[in-house]
Amino acid sequence: MSDGTGKQAMIQLRGVNKMFGDFQALYDINLDVYQGERVVICGPSGSGKSTLIRCINRLEEHETGEIIVDGIRLDDDTRKIAEIRAEIGMVFQLFNLFPHLSVLDNCTLGPMKARGISRTEAQKLAMRYLEKVRIPEQAGKYPSQLSGGQQQRVAIARSLCMSPKIMLFDEPTSALDPEMIKEVLDVMIELAETGMTMICVTHEMGFAKTVADKMIFMDEGRIVEEATPAEFFTNPKNDRTKLFLSQILLH
Amino acid sequence: MPAIDVAQSANSGKKLNRRKVRWWKSRTFDFLQFIALIAFVVWITWRSAAAMDYRWQWYRLPKYFYRIIDGELIWGPLINGMFVTLEIAAWGMVLTLIIGLITAILRLSDSFAGQVLARTYLETIRNTPLLVQVSIFYFVLQPILGINNPLWTGILALAFFEGSFASEIIRAGINSVPRGQWEASSTVGLSKAKTYIYVILPQAVPLMLPPLTGILVNLVKHSAILSFVAVFELTTEARNLIGDTFMSFEIWFTIGAMYLVVTITLSTLVGVLERRIGRGR
Ligand SMILES: Nc1ncnc2c1ncn2[C@@H]1O[C@H](COP(=O)(O)OP(=O)(O)O)[C@@H](O)[C@H]1O
Ligand SMILES: [Mg+2]
Repeated sequence: MSDGTGKQAMIQLRGVNKMFGDFQALYDINLDVYQGERVVICGPSGSGKSTLIRCINRLEEHETGEIIVDGIRLDDDTRKIAEIRAEIGMVFQLFNLFPHLSVLDNCTLGPMKARGISRTEAQKLAMRYLEKVRIPEQAGKYPSQLSGGQQQRVAIARSLCMSPKIMLFDEPTSALDPEMIKEVLDVMIELAETGMTMICVTHEMGFAKTVADKMIFMDEGRIVEEATPAEFFTNPKNDRTKLFLSQILLH
Repeated sequence: MPAIDVAQSANSGKKLNRRKVRWWKSRTFDFLQFIALIAFVVWITWRSAAAMDYRWQWYRLPKYFYRIIDGELIWGPLINGMFVTLEIAAWGMVLTLIIGLITAILRLSDSFAGQVLARTYLETIRNTPLLVQVSIFYFVLQPILGINNPLWTGILALAFFEGSFASEIIRAGINSVPRGQWEASSTVGLSKAKTYIYVILPQAVPLMLPPLTGILVNLVKHSAILSFVAVFELTTEARNLIGDTFMSFEIWFTIGAMYLVVTITLSTLVGVLERRIGRGR
């Protein structure tokens, strides 16, 4: 698969279906994400956005279809899955920081225990990313002592410490108070500017307009619309997209 | 353990509404009631013993705790027995935790064989009497496995018994860590085993400690059953002494009190440890 420049897609989904028991959460998903591309996924609650990005790092296992990440096909081979997971960072809606570890230790755990980097090296790395997300002074604190916005920035730093090739964001700001949303989005915009390949599930349309290369709208387990931001916001083709946009922009 | 919990919460409850209490609900009255109760129990015991023509010989008891011969302190059978009981409880706890952890992890694993193994073990242990289990260990497994030390056979039997309860506590503790922790851990590249070690257990262990204290207390108490397979723990020593001295009332009361002292001390120590851990975060 290639785009106009002949580049290989970093993430390829071909005809992916996902069931939860009898309930089909994803229908025939096809998606290409190229290196450095920023994709924003939106859609109503329950439309399968989380399921889609969780299939990419195999937090969920798809039933049929093909998912290829950085040339590696996702199947039952656990060694490959560990390899792929190490390349994909993920930021969760509810942060999922390790509450028993300090901010610094949250960031060094992966590099030290999964990559075998020495403590001093890992701490240097962690401090570099904590500075990038602008909270180096909180390194010694525990997650419960931080605000939601600060916790989410730690979660981003923790992911970046694994030097991922891809970052997945699952509604990273929807659990935050309004005044903290911006500090997290700013960090994400800066990350986008570094050329990181990103897939963001979010309803922050301002953010989407700023960084997205591609907009995806999902409904009832299907990708209903895929377009550039310019097209997506000014001239959506699908009626459900129009309805959704009108509702969300009214907010 | 549940009894201790209740006692503690009752106490703190009392502390809270200490103001404005009526005299019959006051601390002093509580204490007087307690003294009266003890006096009553002692009186009843003394009366019944008198009716049986029982001759109390408390004065003969101290030498079964310790003697001083040529200026040297020598522990008597009661203290030696208590040491053996503590030894059983200590090693028993270590083995119980290992067995409990392995069983819990097997039950939580995706492995069908592992789950069947764990379930079989749990159902067998829970649905047969402890006395029968100890007998099987002592009379069947000991010769088969070639263990030539009844103490270790006993410890093993107790650990397999308590391990079934410990596994439930450990499983509940592990399950109470939210799924997001597993997911976050795997996205920073940790394997399942490393996730257990660095992420799940550090969060689950503080939750397990209070109920595990109950297991430790049970080990101390249930070790008495080993007196029937010639392990020289406290109860065995007591029974031998009674055989020699016929002071059954004094000695049963005494070892009852000794078990109480040990178990309450253990619970208190774990309570302190727990508060330490709680403060560490
Ligand atoms: N673990 C699960 N078990 C059963 N159903 C699930 C599970 N996870 C998600 N679903 C269902 O799949 C659908 C899509 O969920 P999700 O991907 O979380 O939607 P979104 O992120 O777009 O809100 C929902 O109907 C949800 O109830
Ligand atoms: Mg979601």
